[in-house]
Amino acid sequence: MLHTLYQRNVRANTQFFVEWMALDLIRDASGQVLGVTALEMETGEVMILQARATLFATGGAGRIFSSTTNAFINTGDGLGMAARAGIPLEDMEFWQFHPTGVAGAGVLITEGVRGEGGYLLNKNGERFMERYAPNLKDLASRDVVSRAMATEIKEGRGAGKDGDCVLLKLDHLGPEVIDKRLPGIREIAKKFANVDPIKDPIPVVPTVHYQMGGIPTNYHGEVVVPRNGDMNSVVPGFYAAGECGCASVHGANRLGTNSLTDLLVFGKSAGDSILRYLGENPGHKDLPADAADLTQSRLSRLDSQKGGESYAEVGRDMRRVMQLHCGVFRFPDLLADGVKKIREVADRATRSEIKDKSKVFNTARIEALELDNQIEVARATMVSAEARQESRGAHDRSDFPARDDVNWLKHTFWYKDGDRLEYKPVNLKPLTAESVEPKVRTY
Amino acid sequence: MSSMKFKVYRYDPDKDEKPYMQDYEVALEATDQMLLDALVRIKEQDDSLALRRSCREGVCGSDAMNINGKNGLACVTKLSELKEPVELRPLPGLPVIRDLIVDMTQFFKQYHSIKPYLVNNDPAPEKERLQSPEDREELNGLYECILCACCSTSCPSFWWNPDKFVGPAGLLQAYRFIADTRDQEINERLDNLEDPYRLFRCHSIMNCVDVCPKGLNPTKAIGKIKELMVKRTV
Repeated sequence: MLHTLYQRNVRANTQFFVEWMALDLIRDASGQVLGVTALEMETGEVMILQARATLFATGGAGRIFSSTTNAFINTGDGLGMAARAGIPLEDMEFWQFHPTGVAGAGVLITEGVRGEGGYLLNKNGERFMERYAPNLKDLASRDVVSRAMATEIKEGRGAGKDGDCVLLKLDHLGPEVIDKRLPGIREIAKKFANVDPIKDPIPVVPTVHYQMGGIPTNYHGEVVVPRNGDMNSVVPGFYAAGECGCASVHGANRLGTNSLTDLLVFGKSAGDSILRYLGENPGHKDLPADAADLTQSRLSRLDSQKGGESYAEVGRDMRRVMQLHCGVFRFPDLLADGVKKIREVADRATRSEIKDKSKVFNTARIEALELDNQIEVARATMVSAEARQESRGAHDRSDFPARDDVNWLKHTFWYKDGDRLEYKPVNLKPLTAESVEPKVRTY
Repeated sequence: MSSMKFKVYRYDPDKDEKPYMQDYEVALEATDQMLLDALVRIKEQDDSLALRRSCREGVCGSDAMNINGKNGLACVTKLSELKEPVELRPLPGLPVIRDLIVDMTQFFKQYHSIKPYLVNNDPAPEKERLQSPEDREELNGLYECILCACCSTSCPSFWWNPDKFVGPAGLLQAYRFIADTRDQEINERLDNLEDPYRLFRCHSIMNCVDVCPKGLNPTKAIGKIKELMVKRTV
């Protein structure tokens, strides 16, 4: 899909700014978005990309956790830029843990393995999902399976040398089904788990996979924020689609393959909205005089900082705090402590140092700028999770095990300014279909 | 915890007059299995080492480099299979921007030159352009290319003529569209390659097949293109 998208862009003669990193969103006094500042990696030059319409398709931020299926570049750059520009981040407490990341490496083993008939075993060889979800078993939703796995491991029934994983068995499917219907799985298992799944089960653990929250949008892909009593005030010129956006199609819990809705449906609808907007808004607005000030002060701080900690160290601590304090299961004391700790990490990041000051393809600088973005996402996640006193979808609290629709049927909005939260009612009125009453989930 | 020795090609045009090899010794954790894991450790010690990396699972193709003399992806190269000191250099044949990062412009220019997209001028059907399972199988071994450039930068013909010879990666993709029953421009695609350099610089040296981290066979695809060229002339 990625390659096809790129290929269609080659055909359309799209102009790419290859290996440029967007740094900050430019907004004028009215709040309208007028483009971004961006760094050309090869030369280290910083430019303003002035734009009548700006669409973020910057992906998620799974790299704020130690164990993730995400690529190194999933650092939430769009969310960081939005947060710094005063745009709230929505529903950031909801993170999907995928049940089957390869133990240790985190690399994803597709749900298709269980879809084709593979199943999970604990160290006793028991198909434990039968206990947790008697009907759907291994195909219960990802949060349920992930929690069951975490429980098995916690209660001493984990497999492997250290009892810290469970086993995904698929050899009974036969080599033909595995090769035909699950291409790539055998290769991944051999490479990253050192097992051939045709003979042996794959050791797996629940691993951070997808952020349900993000930059708030409506179903047109337009970014919408609360403003003067209007809960859905459009930010002119600003759009988001894909994992970085939150049209809230997933609510608190994404189902498998529904990420495609974020990408394809809202990607197209954002494109249509932009075309309409450009037709109605010819010509650029003037850039504010301070358009690049924030970016320049961030970069000059990085260049002149001396005697600080390394970014690698601060990043490692951020990931540890998130993993330990905001994982599959969430505990009140760990969350409260986590808020304190992530604020400390954020504070340390403002004084961290890169040794490399070169202009040319300075990846230390890029990683430092990425960490700035990750820190915003990590704070949003921890603060939002600590505040939500219920269990809903992927957010599971030991002290509030039930869903509480009376008090918590609402979206969280985290603002960087003041590290504060606001809430927004959930829209329960579909445009064309009958509304479905929320019910208790059973499998 | 064990440690490993590395010799890494270093060059920063901002400060170095010429490239040099730098020695590193790095302590590894039990979970560090792949070469990329070790490179991440090295970068924690010395943040000035520049390399590309993203997916860390052999899908994005960004961490291609020359590893002990052979091109490969750092993220799927097992440390246990490497002889020490592990010698790391940028992909050969392309201009070096810095350290292990090469300028891929020429590589992508060749990729774009083969029109890497489906051409079908029939009105698009409501849902999708269907294909039989047998026709679809023809694309196996072709569509999986991740454009890491391991193959083209291991090819002597590409080293000599990167501006004129499409190279194994581009030619594999050319055949991927030629072999696609939904595509309508097979003849134009063959015309596009009918040239002493673009296709015929391939002398079946097969370095490409030897290094491909996805186990693909560009030489075979190139052979099939040549066959089709012969067929249409007789």
